[in-house]
Amino acid sequence: MKGLRLLFFGGVFCYLYLPIVILVGNAFNLNRYGLHWEGFTGKWFVAMWNNPGLMEAARHSLVIAFAAASLATAIGALAAIAFIRYRFPGRRLLQGTMMTLMMAPDIILAIAFLVLFVALGIALGFWSLLLAHITFCLPFAVVTIAARLEGFDPHLLDAARDLGASESRLLWRVVLPLLRPALVSSWLLSFTLSLDDVIVSSFVTGPAYDVLPLKIFSMVKVGVKPEVNALATIMVGLSLILVILSQLFHKEKNTP
Amino acid sequence: MGEDSLLNIDGLGKAYGNNLVLDDFSLSVGHGEFVTLLGPSGCGKTTLLRLVAGLETPDRGRITLDGADLTPLPPEKRQVNTVFQSYALFPHMTVFENVAFGLRLKGVAGDELGRRVATVLCDVRMDGFAQRYPHQLSGGQQQRVAVARAVVNRPRVLLLDEPLSALDARLRREMQGELKRLQRDLDMTFILVTHDQEEALSMSDRVVVMEGGRIAQIGTPREVYEEPSSLYVARFIGDINLFPGTVRDRLDEKHLRLDIFGQTVVAETRRPFAPGQAINLLLRPEDLRLGEGPAKVAPCFAGSIVERSYRGSTLDTTILLDDGPVLKACEFFDEDDPDFDYRVGERVQVSWVKGWEVVLSDGE
Repeated sequence: MKGLRLLFFGGVFCYLYLPIVILVGNAFNLNRYGLHWEGFTGKWFVAMWNNPGLMEAARHSLVIAFAAASLATAIGALAAIAFIRYRFPGRRLLQGTMMTLMMAPDIILAIAFLVLFVALGIALGFWSLLLAHITFCLPFAVVTIAARLEGFDPHLLDAARDLGASESRLLWRVVLPLLRPALVSSWLLSFTLSLDDVIVSSFVTGPAYDVLPLKIFSMVKVGVKPEVNALATIMVGLSLILVILSQLFHKEKNTP
Repeated sequence: MGEDSLLNIDGLGKAYGNNLVLDDFSLSVGHGEFVTLLGPSGCGKTTLLRLVAGLETPDRGRITLDGADLTPLPPEKRQVNTVFQSYALFPHMTVFENVAFGLRLKGVAGDELGRRVATVLCDVRMDGFAQRYPHQLSGGQQQRVAVARAVVNRPRVLLLDEPLSALDARLRREMQGELKRLQRDLDMTFILVTHDQEEALSMSDRVVVMEGGRIAQIGTPREVYEEPSSLYVARFIGDINLFPGTVRDRLDEKHLRLDIFGQTVVAETRRPFAPGQAINLLLRPEDLRLGEGPAKVAPCFAGSIVERSYRGSTLDTTILLDDGPVLKACEFFDEDDPDFDYRVGERVQVSWVKGWEVVLSDGE
């Protein structure tokens, strides 16, 4: 019985993580094509470091992800506060369209962005990419933050007003501190969404501003390069650290 | 509406859509007074508190504090603080920071801040808890912090919205005493909202019984209990027994002759009644007297015991009168007859202490 259970768990974990394990393994594999294990090496990491195109794409990706996550979280927080705290005409409609944006297939969004940018005469590159990324991250930010806001005792805000807080003090001293865990979650979520987006990015960026997923995509068209394995290994490590950080943060702040 | 009243509420009206919550409500509260708003949920009592606090805007009417119009002021500009039903302590702040919140916003800092917070925490017996977070406190402790956070600002009027409803019965009684003591010590005006009649009677100087956004009766706890102005008030405050009947005639300015189940009953009342009018004679369970033999004093109604329950200090009985109504009686044990008791089915004669009856019109 116990053995069976262990086998089952082993199967599940293999199914989930074997591909990643192989990828990480190949990043350290001397064999260029990763067909069999030939010995340990770190040279693919050096090769990656010395590939300027790849490194530039990585830098672009991080900049875009950082900027998009920060702006989407900021705008999302304000939108969520407005949705929950105020009653204004069109509130339901706006909330509904957020959901539509979240559920719309990426390819539709991508084409829509492209048509819009071309129509407005915005050059495809950093700005078009940033705008698009903020837009598709925004609904996720709003949903995450609004969920936390809805969980509050509504009398907390009344109490702060009652004790003498003006609207702006209320925001800085009560609402934002209470929202912190949701802000962190929203930022991390947006950051990952932005970092691994291929479809929208492929439509709205130009050759001058290559981002990582697109660069990798173009590199693997002629077979997986071991530098890509190395880069992927670093990114897996990075996401792992982010996940652990966010979990730690959540545990610490998980108070009613 | 005396000259010395602190808070004046005048003709206040508030509706949510078609739902009229408060209707032409007026009330004056004096300095240092403990006033309780009593009523079932939905009678407008919480809305009234929120209007005074400034968390809602009235449709009509005015609220003045010390003669100055409060109505246009936002909540942060009113010298009024609220203790919320859910306590609404800030979960991300320590007890100290919660209590200091209002003072910091007023620019109090440094030694004075520390001293004032410490004093008020002492007043509510929560010294030693300053560095705890709200979720580390029990319900009763959170309640004390909520009170401290409000009174530290030295409001002219403290509003308490069912502050004890989340506590268990024993803690509730203890906190009732504490709140009363605090109110006396701080010499502060308290307006308490509750649906618990016992709480209202034991704590207040005056009780305002509310019904559908209006005042049903205003008076001292004794007045509303002993002289309820309507069946609604009588029902809401305490247990009641009703004897339906009709008015025969008025004997003099204090006495009325009534027909009740074929007997002639003389009752005390100053209220106007017309001959032939349908009335209810109201008696509290503790007003009734049970006798075994035929009674010496009229009026007296025969019946039998259907239930008895021993309550420690009292013996409570349910009696089915031969004339129909079911009565509840509550008798204290006395030293002459410490083991008096009834059997279920035992025949008894029910009378009452003369002058303790209340005549109410059968309008409701």
